[in-house]
Amino acid sequence: MSDKKPKNRRDFIFTATAAAGAVGVGAAVWPLVDQMNPDASVKALASTEVDVSSVKPGQSITVVWRGKPVFIKRRTQEEIDKARSVSLDELKHPEKDEDRVKNPEWLVMLGICTHLGCVPLSDKGEYDGWFCPCHGSHYDTSGRIRKGPAPINMEIPEYVFLNENTIKIG
Amino acid sequence: MSDSNYTPNSKLGKWFNDRLPLLTLANHLTDYPTPKNLNYWWTFGGILTFCLITQIVTGLVLAMHYIADTKLAFASVEHIMRDVNYGWLIRYVHANGASMFFLAVYIHIFRSLFYGSYKSPREIIWIIGIIIYLLMMAAAFMGYVLPWGQMSYWGATVITNLFSAIPFIGEGITTWLWGGYSVDNPTLTRFYALHYLIPFLILGLVVLHIWALHVPGNNNPVGIEIKKPSNDTVPFHPYIVIKDAFALLLFLIVFAFFVFYTPNILGHADNYIEANPLVTPAHIVPEWYLLPFYAILRSVPDKLMGVIAMFSAILILAALPWLDTSKVRSAVFRPLYKQFYWILVIDVLVLGYVGAMPAEGLYLLVARVATAYYFLHFLIVLPVLGWTEKTNPVPLNITEPVLAGSALATRSVREDKTEINLKSLG
Repeated sequence: MSDKKPKNRRDFIFTATAAAGAVGVGAAVWPLVDQMNPDASVKALASTEVDVSSVKPGQSITVVWRGKPVFIKRRTQEEIDKARSVSLDELKHPEKDEDRVKNPEWLVMLGICTHLGCVPLSDKGEYDGWFCPCHGSHYDTSGRIRKGPAPINMEIPEYVFLNENTIKIG
Repeated sequence: MSDSNYTPNSKLGKWFNDRLPLLTLANHLTDYPTPKNLNYWWTFGGILTFCLITQIVTGLVLAMHYIADTKLAFASVEHIMRDVNYGWLIRYVHANGASMFFLAVYIHIFRSLFYGSYKSPREIIWIIGIIIYLLMMAAAFMGYVLPWGQMSYWGATVITNLFSAIPFIGEGITTWLWGGYSVDNPTLTRFYALHYLIPFLILGLVVLHIWALHVPGNNNPVGIEIKKPSNDTVPFHPYIVIKDAFALLLFLIVFAFFVFYTPNILGHADNYIEANPLVTPAHIVPEWYLLPFYAILRSVPDKLMGVIAMFSAILILAALPWLDTSKVRSAVFRPLYKQFYWILVIDVLVLGYVGAMPAEGLYLLVARVATAYYFLHFLIVLPVLGWTEKTNPVPLNITEPVLAGSALATRSVREDKTEINLKSLG
């Protein structure tokens, strides 16, 4: 400890040079890192309009948005009742069905299992909603995780009803 | 080292060597003193070098015909298979070559585990080896994505989604890896670029791996430090070169069997269906060499913990030189460790098997037990065994126990069918 050298001007120059160098390297590396993020052409495809007039109650269609499947399910009254009768205490990721839909008849959600990104199969599983074949996650008629490794409910994308028959996703 | 005194015979050789000592290096490599009792488990280093070169050469050729574009990739692979002269052969060698590479690397790793080759002073060799192994897995995974079949696409989706388990920044990292909001064209092109790069990184690390090996020299089946050179060693050339070459020939028989007789058995039929982002195959499985880790991932019911467990299962190997507290290297003289070693081998095989099965019922239960045991082996069994195990006497050198008939050491060596007896008497 006693032989610790006193700070001098050269130490200051070393530190300043290293700091300036680090900033320079950081600035040079950032473009190399950021080029991997979604580019302008990918971002440009960020919204999709869907005509849902031909979907009958109980049916579900899958559309592509940002390269991902989106489930648009026209739910029957029975399915809506089933989703709404569940107590929140039973849910791994508690969310009310009312908060997951804009119109109770239409469930619009990303058709991607929140575990590792597979596409769940509809009208399957122990809760009559969706079942992911990859690692066995079960979702209910509101797309909420009920059993299996997925941590959260299937995601609800941003969407609006442009009119009665058209949904704009994104 | 003795070979630092080397001088080339010819005048030209001397002139050149004074300016760039390549001949000194060549002399070091040929004269390199090697333990004379190395058995055939030691030939896999050479076999692995061969595998790497094969992958680089066949990969280079495939790159001349492959097109990294989601609209063209699948068709370009079929084009290679049907139209390109010998394209089928080159692609099958490359695809099966990956499996052969992993087969060889697993034997190489388990040889180190049995003979304690990772222990002091060879920790750096071992850790470089683990890094090579990680890079091999990355290269294999990205290579499997390139044909853009169903398994390519969904394998890529599942594996890249592993990173989304990281709290807060996970989603951002996944988007960054993809270059979009799902696995798509930007993902394919970058995987192609990285798949081309990684083998050369591996090549560089192999040079370091061998360099680090040549500092202490090879471990050997009795696991003792030997004097080099001495009557315990033979020069690398011709003795080890010939033995490695013979082992490579045997290995090539297995390789050729897969390539020519059953080229698709190690792949998955679903990968001959073009990628479809809207349909997940009923049963996603990785290639066989990743199955044990896949089983560990699936055996944990929590997403983040599953991912942590999977990566820990690989990274724990890097800590092995410090987890194994035994002073004795070779399992030949460790009666208890030897049994635990084989239990670990079976455990990993079981993990591989359940990794290929659906994650439910009995399979899931078995996967959980096997996962728990895997970590138990490294974290509890190895340290405790090192402190408590009563090891058998270790010989002072390789030649001595055989010639002098040092009772216990000789017997246990014989039981293990190492080649000490034959070689030193013959």
